Amino acid sequence: MQARKKYVLLGLCACCWLVLFYWGGGVQLRLLRLLTRQRGEVVRPWPNWTDRAFLPRYAHLDELQTDPGSAESPRQRRQAWSAIYKDSRCRMETCFDFSRCRRRGREGFRVYIYPSEKNDRVSESYRKILMSIGESRYYTSDPREACLFVLGIDTLDRDQLSGQFVPNVDERIRGYPLWNDGRNHLIFNLYSGTWPNYTEDLGFNIGQAILAKASLNAEHFRPGFDVSIPLFSKDHPQKGGERGWLVRNTIPPRRKYLLMFKGKRYLTGIGSDTRNALHHIHNGKDIVSLTTCRHGKDWEKHKDARCDHDNLEYERFDYQELLHNSTFCLVPRGRRLGSFRFLESLQAACIPVLLSNGWELPFSDVIQWNQAVIEGDERLLLQVPSTVRAVGNERVLALRQRTQMLWEAYFSSVDKIVLTTLEIIKDRVFSHISRNKYMWNSLPGGLLVLPEYSTHLAHFPFYYLGLGVSPGQEFTAVIHAVTPLVSQSQPIMKLLQVVSKSKYCSQIIILWNSEKPPPNRSKWPPMPVPLTVTDGRRKTTSRFLPHVAIETEAVLSLDEDTVLLTSEVNFAFLVWRSFPERIVGYPPRSHFWDPLKHAWGYTSKWTNDYSIILTGAAFYHRYYHYLFSHYLPQSLRTLVDRTSNCEDILMNFLVSAVTHLPPIKVAQRKQYKELPSPQGIKSVPWANPEHFNQRQECINTFANWFGYMPLVHSQFRLDPVLFKDQVSVLRKKYKDLERA
Amino acid sequence: MYASGKYSSRGPALIPRMKTKHRIYYITLFSVVLLGLIATGMFQFWPHSIESAADWTLDKRSVHDAPLVRLPVSSPIPERGDLSCRMHTCFDVYRCGYNPKNRIKVYIYPLQKFVDELGVPISSTGLSREYNDLLSAISDSDFYTDDVTRACLFIPSIDVLNQNSLRIRETAQALAMLPRWDKGMNHLLFNMLPGGPPDYNTALDVPRDRVLLAGGGFSTWTYRQGYDVSIPVYSPLSADVELPERQPGPRRYFILSSQTAIHREYRAELERLKEENGEALLLLDKCSNLSQGAASARKRCYKGQVYDYPQILQESSFCVVLRGARLGQAALSDVLQAGCVPVILADSYILPFSEVLDWKRASVVIPEEKLSEMYTILKSIPHRQVEEMQRQARWFWDAYFSSMKAIGLTTLQIINDRIYPYAARTYEQWNNPPVVKWSSVNSPLFLPLIPPRAPGFTAVVLTYDRVESLFRVITEISKVPSLAKLLVVWNNQNKSPPEESLWPKIGVPLKVVRTKENKLSNRFFPYDEIETEAVLAIDDDIIMLTSDELQFGYEVWREFPDRLVGYPGRLHLWDHEMGKWKYESEWTNEVSMVLTGAAFYHKYFNYLYTYKMPGDIKNWVDAHMNCEDIAMNFLVANITGKAPIKVTPRKKFKCPECTAIDGLSLDQTHMVERSECINKFASVFGTMPLKVVEHRADPVLYKDDFPEKLKSFPNIGSL
Repeated sequence: MQARKKYVLLGLCACCWLVLFYWGGGVQLRLLRLLTRQRGEVVRPWPNWTDRAFLPRYAHLDELQTDPGSAESPRQRRQAWSAIYKDSRCRMETCFDFSRCRRRGREGFRVYIYPSEKNDRVSESYRKILMSIGESRYYTSDPREACLFVLGIDTLDRDQLSGQFVPNVDERIRGYPLWNDGRNHLIFNLYSGTWPNYTEDLGFNIGQAILAKASLNAEHFRPGFDVSIPLFSKDHPQKGGERGWLVRNTIPPRRKYLLMFKGKRYLTGIGSDTRNALHHIHNGKDIVSLTTCRHGKDWEKHKDARCDHDNLEYERFDYQELLHNSTFCLVPRGRRLGSFRFLESLQAACIPVLLSNGWELPFSDVIQWNQAVIEGDERLLLQVPSTVRAVGNERVLALRQRTQMLWEAYFSSVDKIVLTTLEIIKDRVFSHISRNKYMWNSLPGGLLVLPEYSTHLAHFPFYYLGLGVSPGQEFTAVIHAVTPLVSQSQPIMKLLQVVSKSKYCSQIIILWNSEKPPPNRSKWPPMPVPLTVTDGRRKTTSRFLPHVAIETEAVLSLDEDTVLLTSEVNFAFLVWRSFPERIVGYPPRSHFWDPLKHAWGYTSKWTNDYSIILTGAAFYHRYYHYLFSHYLPQSLRTLVDRTSNCEDILMNFLVSAVTHLPPIKVAQRKQYKELPSPQGIKSVPWANPEHFNQRQECINTFANWFGYMPLVHSQFRLDPVLFKDQVSVLRKKYKDLERA
Repeated sequence: MYASGKYSSRGPALIPRMKTKHRIYYITLFSVVLLGLIATGMFQFWPHSIESAADWTLDKRSVHDAPLVRLPVSSPIPERGDLSCRMHTCFDVYRCGYNPKNRIKVYIYPLQKFVDELGVPISSTGLSREYNDLLSAISDSDFYTDDVTRACLFIPSIDVLNQNSLRIRETAQALAMLPRWDKGMNHLLFNMLPGGPPDYNTALDVPRDRVLLAGGGFSTWTYRQGYDVSIPVYSPLSADVELPERQPGPRRYFILSSQTAIHREYRAELERLKEENGEALLLLDKCSNLSQGAASARKRCYKGQVYDYPQILQESSFCVVLRGARLGQAALSDVLQAGCVPVILADSYILPFSEVLDWKRASVVIPEEKLSEMYTILKSIPHRQVEEMQRQARWFWDAYFSSMKAIGLTTLQIINDRIYPYAARTYEQWNNPPVVKWSSVNSPLFLPLIPPRAPGFTAVVLTYDRVESLFRVITEISKVPSLAKLLVVWNNQNKSPPEESLWPKIGVPLKVVRTKENKLSNRFFPYDEIETEAVLAIDDDIIMLTSDELQFGYEVWREFPDRLVGYPGRLHLWDHEMGKWKYESEWTNEVSMVLTGAAFYHKYFNYLYTYKMPGDIKNWVDAHMNCEDIAMNFLVANITGKAPIKVTPRKKFKCPECTAIDGLSLDQTHMVERSECINKFASVFGTMPLKVVEHRADPVLYKDDFPEKLKSFPNIGSL
């Protein structure tokens, strides 16, 4: 009886569950999910249709391939476009006259500045902009050969309430015969619109001119045509500029504060939505968000309950201190979209957290901002703390270093901002010889990468690691000859033999800079590698001309009287392959700051550190020839040619400015040029005190042009692993180096 | 299931207490009703949507089973797309919310068949195979959710890939009828063939409110930068024809034009180019003798000669992709698939996925106006670059063009990157083909910095019980000017470190860290006590290094903060006989490792060693009590692509390899074990990351004929 009851009950229960299962269907599944506290990711996927194989194509092959060509002639269409797509719909294709830039081939990108009129007031910032263009290699004083025109009228501040507002711009520009509705004109602007709504209006019709403007709104931005520039203060340096504040990568990369903001709170008007809410995220511990109402004339009129308390808290913290000690910095919009604090936090390596919806970021055409800043959304202000907390250490490390890279490459001086603007436009004009995004976004930055040299990444000294390739296995020796060839025992003959014996040497170029014409071909010794003699026209800078004959990446630059061994050459070349972006060579020199003279000094004494490697015997990448001849200004090259001196110092300046690193000295058997000079040479130039003084002056002239001192000191030299070790010479690969 | 088992087992336990039959039945009945109620209630109140209840468990269905929806004539029409839309104005970001995975959730509307009042469908084709593939791929991906309330992005199942097959007005009405339409907010439409005769608009003509459009032929005037996504025009040949990847290199033809519907003005221009440059150019056209259809789409002709399309594309270095009536051309996909570098002549065209892809590395864009200069422009591109472009072109096709799945998921990833920009994919991730990703390095310490001398370095001494030797080491190191702190890692759990008073008195803070387990990896733990960037790892028996040598090592490290800078160097070699790697500690002319018994390195590598060491290397090292230094060398070389720096001449190191003093045999087994380590690590890393160099760093004036007292580091190299 008991057993039967048991079975009945069991049966009933089972039935219940079966019914429930059948009837409830998904209930079971949901129950299961509830129990496991997990929602199944895909429960109802897109159905796997039984007849999916019979579905029609979205288009027939015919339809795709024989796209019904319109009858309209392409030429006519392009002409029609220029009529339609004007003004606010301008694009390079329709609003820019490319033919103006092609008059001189690749050299055609020339910028003309309108002369400014007598009673024009030009602001400090605009003066700097004009100066940067005037000193750049693109400047021309002849409007006929110009491709781009820049106004002499200061258009930076178009706020009518501002003291620097220039009235009647419209009438004046219309009077310019070259204005041509703004075609090929570039207009710089930092502030547009005025209280209360700060529109994008400039107060005059820019027509088809390209606008380089700060705080650009993405809606008004004409993509591929306008250029967004950063807002910079009138104290922004003309050249060089301060370096970023990051000097070391601490681990963990967090600083004292996680997130900071210190600035105005707008009680009313545009931008007040965001600024008014910022105090909500302040927690007084790791997030410091301070706002003050105390700004403007009549702040007390709009004052609210928070103001007094906030103003007190505001005074407690120092902006500079916060900037130094915060991992992230809030960069909310002000009245306008951009703000000074964007560049400030970029320089301070405080990762900007942007709260400025619709802001077209500076140089957004070319810079990948999401690798350097956190693009927040004004609507999600309250999520910002959790977002920045979730950014991992590795990402913080990467973001922070990138802020520094961008700051130094594009923003640290007015020169850089202006040049970047010009280069972006130039890249559009010559689009098939332009920089790709990788060049713009990796070290050393786009300004130092000249696409006319090559558009191929592997042709540059900086990208080997990023591409996963190694530098070439061969080098070209360029020998600078100034003495006429009179005997077969001249040092150059020995040098030719030594260099040509190196298994890495692929060719030798003799740069003939002597007063006498180069000797007959047969006078040169027979050589296992091709020998070319080029006329240097007796210019010192010719040794760094980008000779087409140089086919290898590595160049070994030599003076005719350099004394070297083949194994020394080989060793130095192998070292260069490890440091292809630097100068690797033998004789070192050093610079120092002379506090008495308030100038840089140059020394050739034996010192414990060095910052210059003489190019009388040095390896470097051939790209530096191109940079030397095309990036540096004519004035510096003229100085070198005039004095027949300093070309090596200039090269060291250039390479260190690119790499931010010192050159590398390698072991040498004998001290450079120690031997008594052979007869025939009047006196060794380096022994001449005049020569030395010139070099002293050169260093200061160069530092002046660069705007800072790019040279960096190093304290070591690289020797072969077993150099002068107490082991059998038989074990040593470079035993020759140790012979006295 | 679990619950039912529990109840039935409890049943018999209740029975003995029941007196009558009735009671049992009552209880049973009661429980059934109760359970039923609970279940019904749960089903009622559980969040679920009615609209999806119909296709619940059905899977074996035909497209034709899709429910029919009749559109009233007066049904509202959305507004035309708003050109000023941007993510922050037309996209409701609150729907996406903050989520730890940083992944948007995408909902796909169930398939419906829309017809007008007369019963005529809104589209002549209905759901196309391509759109179905796209939706299935999204549904299979991580982005998909079936829960409409959690979705951040909605994808209508109305197929608008080809505008030609659509009735514009009705399609728009159908879109507006979607239950979550809300002015098209957060809705994504895919369209590949926009516009229609005669003017061929460059964006979909269907009025669509604020819809985010993934379109295949945008011009710069219709593309809303940062909002729309430019996608490729899918070529069905991608699925039908398999073109094996060809090695990059020169091809038979230099330039090939394979499109059939080229405007006669352009064709004339191309003919002229061919006249000038002859065989280097191949101009193909339709075959006149073949009738229309699939067959003719796969053939091209030139002067009676017939070529297979798209195979012929593989025979050329450059392939012309000219605009037709539309800007987007399916030919672009074919050209990329063939690994031919596209030469794109389509002014104002927004290239596919241009937001993330760097087309300058895979294509040549030439203004239409300059067609006549094409040959000269292309000739000026260096060979090596052409090869890189060929590889890049094929990679773009493989990753982003090859299937509807690739196109769909790339689009979603781009939108995802905008919504969670702080988790966005990098340029390298988007643009580097696998070969490059594999061989290239992106060092985490990429900024060229020479850190200031002032913070100094922290010496970390790993010790077990050799107190006497340890104290000597401490005394020696404390003489180094730049030492900031000394950290002793006490790895002996059975013995306490000596009392504080017994330790040598030194001028810098000395901390002792006691470990929980005697593990070698303790030496590389990123202790909070290490406050400097520079770490000097040093064994408790390294007493032979002079203060000058250590200080010099630190100075060298400052110039190479991303490398290991150490004293004894070692080398790995390939043993041809055995066919594997071998460890070498002899006096060699080369160096590929430095021992961490005395080495400077960045604290970041401690963090990497502890948390990011690939595979089981860390455990392996701890288990074998060996090779932690080799592992560190592998790790650093792998992530930076750079060799370590050996400093100063060789000294008589108390060879760490031969701790057992007199055992040649022990020495040998040790070497065998170290060799094994190298082979093991190389297989875990999948490559040999170590770099061999022939240099070491010495002070500038080392062994130069110069007064010793004027040298910064005179005491170097003394034995």
